[in-house]
Amino acid sequence: MQIIIVGCGNVGAALTEQLSGEGHDVTVIEQKKDVIQSVVNNFDVMGIVGNGASYMVMRDAGIEYADLMIAVTGNDELNLLCCLIARKAGHCNTIARVKNPIYKKEISFIKEELGLSLVVNPEELAANEAAKLLKFPAATSIETFAGGRAEIVHMTVDESSRICNKSLREIQGEIKSKVLIAVVQRADEVSIPNGDFVLRANDELTIVGASRNIAEFFRKIGLPTTRVHSAMIIGGGSTGYYLADQLISFGIDVKLFERDLERCKRLSDLLPQALIINADGTDKDALMEEGLVGTEAFVAMTSLDEENIMLSMYVKSQNPKAKLITKVHRVNYGEIIGSLQIGSIIYPKNITAQRIVQYVRGMSNSMGNNSIEALYKMNDGRVEALEFFVPENSPVIGKPLSDMHLKKGVLVSLINRKGEIISPKGSSEIQAEDTVIIITSQVGLLDIADILEK
Amino acid sequence: MNFNMIRYLLFRVVQITGLLMILPLVVAFIYKEYFCAEVFGIIIAACLIIGFAGGYKKPKNQAIYAREGFVVTALTWITISLIGALPFQLTGVTKSYVDALFETISGLTTTGSTILSDVEMYYSVQFWRCFTHWIGGMGVLVFILAIMPMAGGYSMHIMRAESPGPSVGKFVPKVRETAKILYSIYFGITILQTVCLLFTGLNAYEALTATFATVGTGGFGINNAGIGGFGYASQVVITVFMIICGINFSVYYYLITKRPKEAFNNDEVKLYLALMFGSATLIAFMIYKQGATATPLESFHHSLFTVASVMTTTGFATLDFNTWPQLARTLLACLMLTGACAGSTGGGFKLSRFLILIRAMKNELTYIVHPKSVKKVYMDGNPVDQSVVKSVSAYLSMYVVIFILSTLLISIDEFDYETNFTAVAATLNNIGPGLSMVGPTGNFGAYSDLSKFVLMFDMLAGRLELLPMLILFSPKNWTKR
Repeated sequence: MQIIIVGCGNVGAALTEQLSGEGHDVTVIEQKKDVIQSVVNNFDVMGIVGNGASYMVMRDAGIEYADLMIAVTGNDELNLLCCLIARKAGHCNTIARVKNPIYKKEISFIKEELGLSLVVNPEELAANEAAKLLKFPAATSIETFAGGRAEIVHMTVDESSRICNKSLREIQGEIKSKVLIAVVQRADEVSIPNGDFVLRANDELTIVGASRNIAEFFRKIGLPTTRVHSAMIIGGGSTGYYLADQLISFGIDVKLFERDLERCKRLSDLLPQALIINADGTDKDALMEEGLVGTEAFVAMTSLDEENIMLSMYVKSQNPKAKLITKVHRVNYGEIIGSLQIGSIIYPKNITAQRIVQYVRGMSNSMGNNSIEALYKMNDGRVEALEFFVPENSPVIGKPLSDMHLKKGVLVSLINRKGEIISPKGSSEIQAEDTVIIITSQVGLLDIADILEK
Repeated sequence: MNFNMIRYLLFRVVQITGLLMILPLVVAFIYKEYFCAEVFGIIIAACLIIGFAGGYKKPKNQAIYAREGFVVTALTWITISLIGALPFQLTGVTKSYVDALFETISGLTTTGSTILSDVEMYYSVQFWRCFTHWIGGMGVLVFILAIMPMAGGYSMHIMRAESPGPSVGKFVPKVRETAKILYSIYFGITILQTVCLLFTGLNAYEALTATFATVGTGGFGINNAGIGGFGYASQVVITVFMIICGINFSVYYYLITKRPKEAFNNDEVKLYLALMFGSATLIAFMIYKQGATATPLESFHHSLFTVASVMTTTGFATLDFNTWPQLARTLLACLMLTGACAGSTGGGFKLSRFLILIRAMKNELTYIVHPKSVKKVYMDGNPVDQSVVKSVSAYLSMYVVIFILSTLLISIDEFDYETNFTAVAATLNNIGPGLSMVGPTGNFGAYSDLSKFVLMFDMLAGRLELLPMLILFSPKNWTKR
């Protein structure tokens, strides 16, 4: 597809990398010359220096032939204007990033009137992600598939856990659960385990299954499956606000730390039920005074990555039981941050890019290019989870899985048959019109037939 | 330096060189030159086997950065030249391998300088000689980019290293698609000219070889009389296509995609055409007065042919312009230096660089009078980035240094100043013939081997726009990273 991306900040750059890697024709518009320079040097895309809301610039970028325009600058009004102009100048779908809460209330009107296909709000998406994790604190991250009925959940093995130092076969025998342990990451090594694989402390597991089966699995191994009851949020920016708002609606006690007094006053207007504390989140005494040791969850959401990471490490030392969530903007050092073992890390830019890429894939499917319904990158991009639709006369139909010659590193982890979630065994068969979730260390599968060895 | 990737690309180049030689092999069979067919056959087989064996394993790390891009470009051209020289030597057309190499590099860099006094030889070798122009005109690596899928955006570094002009842009987001568009335009022009030449009464062989030499802006002829041996109609066709090939190919892309506004909003092309017709008229007037031709129209014909040939750096000749009035000769020598448009197949310093330099100079003068003034250089109505202006100035300095050093080195051979000066000008700008002893009727055969090597370096440096050759020969870029 011909895609134009306006704005090449954090989100724009992640999108550019992802979409150009998937083979789309990408043109990037950005006002900073050096940014364009580096984007053009690193990816096979066209770069244009200029204001994306200018008709001339849009025309240079080929808006007449574009299928999709994505406006992800930091400025809401500019993004909306870009979409408006793109609609009028070409015949493309448009996606805008809009973060101002005022527009959020009118979003359906704006979407309708400006003809937007999708509106994304990185702060809100990050907050949703955090809220999801606080509802299910045993997981370090959760992806939902099949319209919410199936999940891919990441968790870390605890030394005292029932499953520690046992092989997968033993675990299956003891627990008899219907979930699949699909990927294990130990330190830097990622593997797709077989039955003899023995789990160790601090292994990071990827578990696939129907949502209720996963909850059951967690209960059986003795991990909490209910939401937390209290949370401390450091940083009252937009993300902090959205998160607090959601948590309050679940009935969770929220303490929100914010350094700026004016912002605190504003927050207390917006969130009358939250306890707003005007203090620096890095102030140890203030944290202790407000009950750091007793809180069930701690969310570091200041605008500084370093501060967030330091805070989480400190809380881990003081209150090891608390669920920790840390917001990090820069993804470059993902592996190192992962090795710090500070619970869940949220990368707003990745979440946003992922949401948009999902939309692009859907569009691309409807144009008949491939049959991927959804794709998630896990374990720093080394493993992918793909959701495929199985068309009629596909070569994978009607054969037991154990008889198929699957490529190395390919795992059929879940079958969704018209809403029924099946955790496949060796005797299971795939039928036409199933959707199948494949977990794989092979990158670049485009069709369900690609899982077979040629 | 990613040596593994460089190795992989180079063996690919060897393979492709072998494939390209299939064309002269076919010609050898058509003209029943079985001895030549044998030579080409052996070289092709060797290239394919070596290329396949060496390029079999695709490297894991395909990362190419700017310096790998430059080095791989320089090495590619040297590799092709080394292989391309074999047919000349093995068929006995040239006396030594150095001569064969000079002839091949001259062909590939679309220079057209020759060391041969008699260019009438085997048809197939002759065909290969002209075909090298066509290969070199658009660039080998651009071709490889068009057919070979590469991971990531690394290919841009290669494209930038091989394409002529102060700044290289893409037409469409993907390098591969851009390379395909460029080659389609190139093919289109080639076919068009061949058909036109066939209509003017040339046979297929003459038409093809003349077309290769024209669209690549090379200048090798297939008979000793040069283009002068063809009829007027053919000469006119060649003139028109020389002019076409000296224009930035982006103009054609815009015309094909029906964006005439962008196509015609090009300062460089305007200057190119103005200079071309202005000088042609002036020289026509001079040679008519001198009595070299019979009618004014004939004067204009020959003068436009010569000016187009020199400006696009083709290097064809219909008349011996060495005997023209001094002002006309000097004017031609100046036009040799300016060259054609960036993004065309022509060589030389490139008019866009001149435009940028002259405009920067004007700004500098304003700055001296009004020290607080802030002014940018404009091209095609858009401001030119300061870094481009800087790189153009740097390019000029490198150009001058190479020019002076080369002239000094070849002066060892005791030829006169005009010969040496224009010999360097003609090779560094990829034109072909110079003036005096290396004029249209002379050749480079009298130079010593040392001078030939200097001129070969100049040709390669000129075609690749200096940087790849300079970076290749600076050892500190060869360290492992």
